[in-house]
Amino acid sequence: MITRRSFMQGMMGAGSMVAAVTAFPKMAFAWAENAFTADNLTDAQDAMFSGSSAVDSGRVKLKAPQIAENGAVVPITISSDLANVTNISVFVEKNPTPLSASFELNPMLVPEVSVRIRMGKTSNIIAVVKADGKLYKASQEVKVTIGGCGG
Amino acid sequence: MKVKARAKKGVAKIKLLVRHPMDTGRAKDPKTGQLIPAHFIQELTCEYKGKVVFTAQLGSLVSKDPYLAFAIKGAALGEKLKLKWIDNQGKTEEVEASIS
Repeated sequence: MITRRSFMQGMMGAGSMVAAVTAFPKMAFAWAENAFTADNLTDAQDAMFSGSSAVDSGRVKLKAPQIAENGAVVPITISSDLANVTNISVFVEKNPTPLSASFELNPMLVPEVSVRIRMGKTSNIIAVVKADGKLYKASQEVKVTIGGCGG
Repeated sequence: MKVKARAKKGVAKIKLLVRHPMDTGRAKDPKTGQLIPAHFIQELTCEYKGKVVFTAQLGSLVSKDPYLAFAIKGAALGEKLKLKWIDNQGKTEEVEASIS
């Protein structure tokens, strides 16, 4: 089967085994553009979850430093003991674009993910977990000494 | 992409470190004063037993050289994972790793 990918690679000549520069059309994978480009928390959450809202839950655990010396690298871990977790998303309320990352998990994944994010200034981090189709969240304020959003 | 995949007590913990600038598009090149265009990984997937089991959608406000960790229940020694990512400029990388 000639997939679009193999056709494009054929057109562009041989790529390396490890990294290939290939012109993927925007539709080739789904990136939640509206959610990632939203410039405020409400719009980002609405775009990500089609308007559904999350309830605060002690069954979502957000592990983040109290103080981040370097806002460019803030390590966080989000976990949950809820059943049937299919999505974990991270928002930084005061970032220029609050949605940092969103993870889709197959049921065989342990409901836990770690990532390092950028924070522009002291802000709440909101971790949202989708379990059995419902949304649950936990937040924590992280104080930032030196902002890390660039610009 | 550096991958560590270790199985212990029936769970394989996966840790990834991808070399990528994750340029936000907001920073200026100090030499030219021009904005450095946004260049960041948008999607990273992990395929296990022929199925994508983990999809990370990332924005430019994930730290440079993204570090990600997750774990697969029931994964065992010797099984393979395929990790792929694509960035907003269409660049991709694909790596196969074995669970050790």
